[in-house]
Amino acid sequence: MQNKIIDAKSALSVIKSGHTIMVAGFFDGGSPEFLLKNMENHPARNLTLITNDSGMDGRGIDKYMHSVEGMISKIYINYIGRSSASQRMLAKDPDSVVLVPQGNFAEKLRAGGVGIPAFYTPVGVGTVIEEGKEKRVFDGKEYILETAFHADVALVHAYKVDEYGNCYMRRAAKNFNTLMAMAADYVIVEAEEIVPIGNIDSDLISVPGAFINAIVKIESEGK
Amino acid sequence: MDAKELIARRVTKELHDNMIVNLGIGIPTLVANYIPDDMHVLMHSENGIIGISSAPKEGEEDKDIFNAGNDLVTAVKEAFFCDSAMSFGFVRRGMIDLTVLGALQVDEKGNIASWAIPGKWMPGMGGAMDMVNGAKKVIVAMQHTNKGIKKILKKCTYPLTGAGVVDMIITDLGVLEVTKEGLVLKELAPTVTVEQIQEQTEAKLIIPDVIGSMI
Repeated sequence: MQNKIIDAKSALSVIKSGHTIMVAGFFDGGSPEFLLKNMENHPARNLTLITNDSGMDGRGIDKYMHSVEGMISKIYINYIGRSSASQRMLAKDPDSVVLVPQGNFAEKLRAGGVGIPAFYTPVGVGTVIEEGKEKRVFDGKEYILETAFHADVALVHAYKVDEYGNCYMRRAAKNFNTLMAMAADYVIVEAEEIVPIGNIDSDLISVPGAFINAIVKIESEGK
Repeated sequence: MDAKELIARRVTKELHDNMIVNLGIGIPTLVANYIPDDMHVLMHSENGIIGISSAPKEGEEDKDIFNAGNDLVTAVKEAFFCDSAMSFGFVRRGMIDLTVLGALQVDEKGNIASWAIPGKWMPGMGGAMDMVNGAKKVIVAMQHTNKGIKKILKKCTYPLTGAGVVDMIITDLGVLEVTKEGLVLKELAPTVTVEQIQEQTEAKLIIPDVIGSMI
């Protein structure tokens, strides 16, 4: 069996300039903070980021990716209210930050992870969200066409991961972790705990190991 | 009773046993404090908890149980945890009986603007667009004006969160119902007159023969 357990720097070296990167988590909850910390000195530039929020000032993406000049050139995101760096980016170039309603954002990820290229949603009809998008009426109600998200690399967080990569994502920390783990070509999971195969009850597995390419153990020191 | 408590208490009159409710931030969050003990209301939190509860006691915090504002919370015994696609699938599917949220502006067509002031404040819409679209009933709970600046308008000027989605507006001055004809004044807060509430409202209110009291 392929050994997927590697250190953070080696795992993150798959990220190249120009890539599209997903980062899971909802503020601090289920955020792959250890992987983000290791992005600080990463050489990749001009990345497109797909993430629910860009963390909060001094934490997460705001701290470890925004701080690197030229690392992020475009963001698809739901909420930037707690990241001054993202707000500055939007103010400087409105096209560089695309705001997406949270449910549409989640469904775009889900679609990307299950082989659906696009879907119709009622959310955003009658607002700026519908601008430039195909509209269609089903049963007398208007819908807009939204396309799926797909990324080169996803950074996700799990409570327990077994050596095959089966992930147990716990409670509300599931949020975007389960979805992003299925919607990228290369998926790096940081694990609070890595356990032998068979040590996670099969019914508790949130994401099958087949989607996971690299498993990184979170080192608490300096976190 | 201060204005926020008045509004929050009035919202609870719209609750019924067995409802599933989503509360937005600000005044709507206060509603949870006034739900009668004998009423079972399940609270949905868009970050993936169907059955969110109050803040944890010291020593009982769980880092994986948090709300959309990044505060640690607890969950009720019958709670369900899910990823964000299912959480919003639940909303879109119409499983939320009632959502209560704040607004920057509301208008007589039931349009709501709550997520952006162009060029000034653009934090993102969070789950509000999904919520106003999917919930069976949408109540805006807010101060009637923003320090004298009117918020209940003929037509919203800020970017919309949803078009024609609001059912009811509950403020510190009264209760308005959104109808096809316009905004109907249903109730007044204590000591507030019809003339006073109209003066604080840009939209022309429809005044019925009988107007109730908010408390």
